[in-house]
Amino acid sequence: MINTNKNSYTLIFAVVMVLVVGSVLAFTASSLKPAITMNKKFEKQQNILYAMGVNENVEGSAIFIPSDSVQGIFDKYIKEQLVIQNGKITKDSSAYLIDLKGELKHDVENRKLPLFVGEKEGKDYYIIPMYGKGLWDAIWGFIALDENYVVQGVFFDHAGETPGLGANIKERYFMDDFTGEEIMQDTKFSGITVAKGNNDPLNERKDDGKVDALAGATITGNGVTAMINSTVKLYIPYLKDLKI
Amino acid sequence: MALLSKKDQGLLLDPLADNNPITIQVLGICSALAITAQLKASIVMALSVMFVLALGNVVISLMRNIIPSKIRIIVQLIVVAALVIIVDQVLKAFAYELSKALSVFIGLIITNCIIMGRFEAFALGNGPWRSFLDGIGNAAGYGLILVIVGFFRELLGSGTLLGFQVLGDPIQKTGLYGMGYENNGFMLLSPMALIVVGIIIWIQRSRNTKLIEEN
Repeated sequence: MINTNKNSYTLIFAVVMVLVVGSVLAFTASSLKPAITMNKKFEKQQNILYAMGVNENVEGSAIFIPSDSVQGIFDKYIKEQLVIQNGKITKDSSAYLIDLKGELKHDVENRKLPLFVGEKEGKDYYIIPMYGKGLWDAIWGFIALDENYVVQGVFFDHAGETPGLGANIKERYFMDDFTGEEIMQDTKFSGITVAKGNNDPLNERKDDGKVDALAGATITGNGVTAMINSTVKLYIPYLKDLKI
Repeated sequence: MALLSKKDQGLLLDPLADNNPITIQVLGICSALAITAQLKASIVMALSVMFVLALGNVVISLMRNIIPSKIRIIVQLIVVAALVIIVDQVLKAFAYELSKALSVFIGLIITNCIIMGRFEAFALGNGPWRSFLDGIGNAAGYGLILVIVGFFRELLGSGTLLGFQVLGDPIQKTGLYGMGYENNGFMLLSPMALIVVGIIIWIQRSRNTKLIEEN
């Protein structure tokens, strides 16, 4: 029987343990990486398509295009992917892979802003990615506008909002409310406010730029407001150029 | 149950009631409080903990004779953390949607005191098979309470179960809501989980005489 109380044994055990666990984890991570990257790519495509209303929603629940067919459908509906950098707009077929979180940290000159132009049933959709802060962690999403700056659909997601409260921003009853709202009031950018006391649960007033807040999720709601206002605003000068 | 001896059966069934990790040992309260606002989250968390606890117990039990006692807590922590990371990566690669739904809970598993508690109290002194049973049993006992709490919090707080509106539509005022019933938003807040757990402990203690301490 080994004396497990000796200092030298303890030390050797610790080193071996760290090496073994470290290599097992490194091996797992590197062998699964291609599959994970693929999944993340598909997820982004699903989210962009969801915002422009290409999804398989049933009644109250939000359902994406299945990931095994999303690539083809993405190519079909998204007719242009643009990158806005330093005032210039260029085409880039992998613009959807740009990480908005990283780009927002860059200076204005080096910042690449992706923008997607989709077409469904003869109608154009301009889809803008968004990124912001919720209560606990990051929130992000996509917002689809038509040429009159009217919201055609949104998609929100979050890294770690409270289940049952803030996490409900990705539920349909919250996301659907944004459809029909305008982000411009009298040619000036006004964004959309997630408002408490809006007292309009079915969102019948579309012209007020307000949607009903989620009960118990004040800070996540404010985060959504701030996210829409700060990220969409960056695109407004260019949307005019695109003759939106 | 001819497969298992009486003692092994006890390992599996005791934690469900008489030695429940939440209501009797009062462990794992933190996650019971954090994630029980919805029934689905409770079920998912219970299953994840079961997987990690059973597997971790087996690993620790296999290593029990070579772990230096001075650093055993760190070793246990590494085993849990490694298992959780592997589970997380595998889910991300092969069940991406499920891993999205689990995102918060995966991290929470590491902090669950039941896991460290069982490693320390059981797996370090028992063989792999019995440690496995102990892991399954304790995770089931933990999961049972989570599901009960999740059931009441989602039903009374949101009027839904697993996302389905079982009490009618609160906006269109159908079902119970038509008769003036309102959801109790309090139930969605974490402290209500403690009150529900408290009520469960109360009921359990008042019905089970074995648990009542003599003064």
